[in-house]
Amino acid sequence: MNDHDLLANTLIYLGAAVVAVPFAKRLGLGSVLGYLIAGIAIGPWGLALIANSHDILHFAEFGVVLLLFLIGLELNPKRLWSMRRPIFGIGSIQVIATSLIIFAICSLLGLSWNNALIIAMGLSLSSTAIALQSLKERNQLSTPTGQSVFSILLFQDIAVIPMLTLIPILGSNMGESSEPLLEALKVIAVIGAIIIGGHFLIRPIFRFIAATRLREIFTAFSLLLVIGIALLMDAVGMSMALGTFLAGVLLAESEYRHELEIEIEPFKGLLLGLFFISIGMTIDFGLLLDKPWLIIALVLGLLLVKLAVLIAIARAEKLPTSQQGLFACLLGQGGEFAFVLFTAAVAANALEQQWASLLFVVVALSMMATPLLLLLNERFIEPRFLHLGSPQPADTIEDPDNPVIIAGFGRFGRTVGRLLHANRVATTILDHNPDQIEDARRFGYRVYYGDASRLDMLHSAGAESARLLIITVDDPEKVLAIADLAQQHFPQLTILARARGMATAMAFLKRGIPLFRREIQESALLLGEDALKQLGYGAFQAKQMAHIFRDHEEALLQKMYQTDALEKRIHISRMARKELAQILEADEQEQQNLRDRSWRER
Amino acid sequence: METSKTNSGEILILFAHPYPQQSRVNRPLLRAVQDIPRVKIVDLYEQYPDFHINIQLEQQRLLSASLIVFHHPFYWYSAPAILKQWQDCVLEERFALSEGGFALRGKRLMSVVTVGHSKASYQLDGYDRFPIGHFLRPYEQMAIHCGMQYLAPFVVYSAHRISDAEIENRACHYRQHLLDYLSEAEHE
Repeated sequence: MNDHDLLANTLIYLGAAVVAVPFAKRLGLGSVLGYLIAGIAIGPWGLALIANSHDILHFAEFGVVLLLFLIGLELNPKRLWSMRRPIFGIGSIQVIATSLIIFAICSLLGLSWNNALIIAMGLSLSSTAIALQSLKERNQLSTPTGQSVFSILLFQDIAVIPMLTLIPILGSNMGESSEPLLEALKVIAVIGAIIIGGHFLIRPIFRFIAATRLREIFTAFSLLLVIGIALLMDAVGMSMALGTFLAGVLLAESEYRHELEIEIEPFKGLLLGLFFISIGMTIDFGLLLDKPWLIIALVLGLLLVKLAVLIAIARAEKLPTSQQGLFACLLGQGGEFAFVLFTAAVAANALEQQWASLLFVVVALSMMATPLLLLLNERFIEPRFLHLGSPQPADTIEDPDNPVIIAGFGRFGRTVGRLLHANRVATTILDHNPDQIEDARRFGYRVYYGDASRLDMLHSAGAESARLLIITVDDPEKVLAIADLAQQHFPQLTILARARGMATAMAFLKRGIPLFRREIQESALLLGEDALKQLGYGAFQAKQMAHIFRDHEEALLQKMYQTDALEKRIHISRMARKELAQILEADEQEQQNLRDRSWRER
Repeated sequence: METSKTNSGEILILFAHPYPQQSRVNRPLLRAVQDIPRVKIVDLYEQYPDFHINIQLEQQRLLSASLIVFHHPFYWYSAPAILKQWQDCVLEERFALSEGGFALRGKRLMSVVTVGHSKASYQLDGYDRFPIGHFLRPYEQMAIHCGMQYLAPFVVYSAHRISDAEIENRACHYRQHLLDYLSEAEHE
């Protein structure tokens, strides 16, 4: 590839990504599908802009390596150790169960047992890149579901090593006879070198480089480090991905962790994008056109088997019902290791090329199906579990005699709840987000699953006998709905509520609920106060100014609410402008008043 | 003596106690007077927990009273901090002093205080080394400076030790004290 080609190809890749990915995101398809579509578009079956897509795929696989390195950086050894159970527990169950089923099916279809075994092993693996990218996009990495997904992926990465060592044995021409003891020693030596080097060498080198203040050298060194580790791992026969992951974990305690993260992140993003693009390009539509029904049947069969095993695991693990679909969809596809494994198998004469080509298409299509499956799951399956007739029944509440009910235990409700707890106030807490409940329970709070906008839920939470109902769910519509319900059925309850903004605040005033707080107002005023202090105001004066402003807002709210009752059709934007003008005017007047108060100047 | 021109016979009690729920003496005292017509009680800590006092409102309240009562426990020989904040904010020069001001002229000021030590302790030769009136002099002079008359303080001594019956007794006295003032004011 000459220089001109390189630049032209770069232009094509970047162009395709920049066009396809934002569109895909806008349409709610996720970035992964966007990249895949971009790949198809520029690949041999689309516009045929790129010739040697397999080389690119090989190069782009390094994106997965970087991804795992970054994930390793975020996990220190202690956390990893604490995850050993799920990694080897559900991880091994997933790989073994899926392999067995696929092996059985292949054998029934008349494949030789060694072919069947290779195919079964390869297809049991999932796509780390797709699953983790999708998890990150959904901010789900640290939820129980995310952790389970991650554990399985990690086990698969580990499992690749024996699988790869098994392939030459399954093939007709045996690879160079390796001595397992020596291999193991090599691996241990490399890991030891990374631990010691990470501890004693990397810090002074980083310090030395940081002192040069040449940012690009810092970037270069970060990349050098990762690529070096990857090749080293490769040389001793570990998977690059697993090796760099381990290196990442070992460097997670280092003080340069954040710098490394920042430097590697953009490369990871671009390479991963390139990886997905190349998957899109490698899909052999010729084969698909040739035997469409066979391939479709194989893709569906693969997805079906994997999803079934995953759903069973999710059930057994007692993941929240609404998340089981997500869990299964994230891991239901074939993975990039399948490409690696099948390529190696062809090279070792353990698998025929025509099988490999067929399987490539099947795996690639199953990967393409993942974003669609996720989309279907989020649109149609998840909402059903979250809202309508949820099969997860609302919890039975054990202590309905508490004087305080808190509806919504997210960031807002949690702070309120903690203050009350600290003062030994017994609270009954309701929330309908399974993850939030999980979290809160872990910290010892009694949170019950249930929708507080349902009358029977309020009943069973003891709304007849409680004194306060604190509504802190984040959807303002829902806050108002709960307030209406409570006012109508439990008139003795004092309602305290979180208000999103002016509009919700006025809605509360209309309902005769005076105890509401606008959610960001206080922290915004405090930050404004800090700003005044930085500008030279005394702390007390700054606080007074904030008080004056708060009073204005309060008065304005009252005024607006009354005006609103008279002329209901005032356009909102006009209101906002008027509001701002009034505040500014009033502030100026207040400043004048302050100047007039002579004693303050004495 | 010049009497206030308007609303003679209204009493404004400015109550300053940061933890009234935990007070043994002040709450019964307050309870004894709260139902007297023409007595207005302002619980300063309850109204202004963050010390942001509504100046206009407080000045209005002063204007409609003829007797102003500073009712508070004795903290370090003085009132809890919010009363000082009230003085500093509400008694602006243009309200209480200079021309157009003197809004308080002719009104009366009285301190109602509860103290932990005994009356014997508040003597020149006692533990606290001065009689109570000595510690109240800043209020006395504030009143004089604003053209007000300073009345003798109503003191409950040994607030930590006295019996419940004694507290009731002092509360009755407090009530009677205010009732006497009101009937006197009517005759004036």
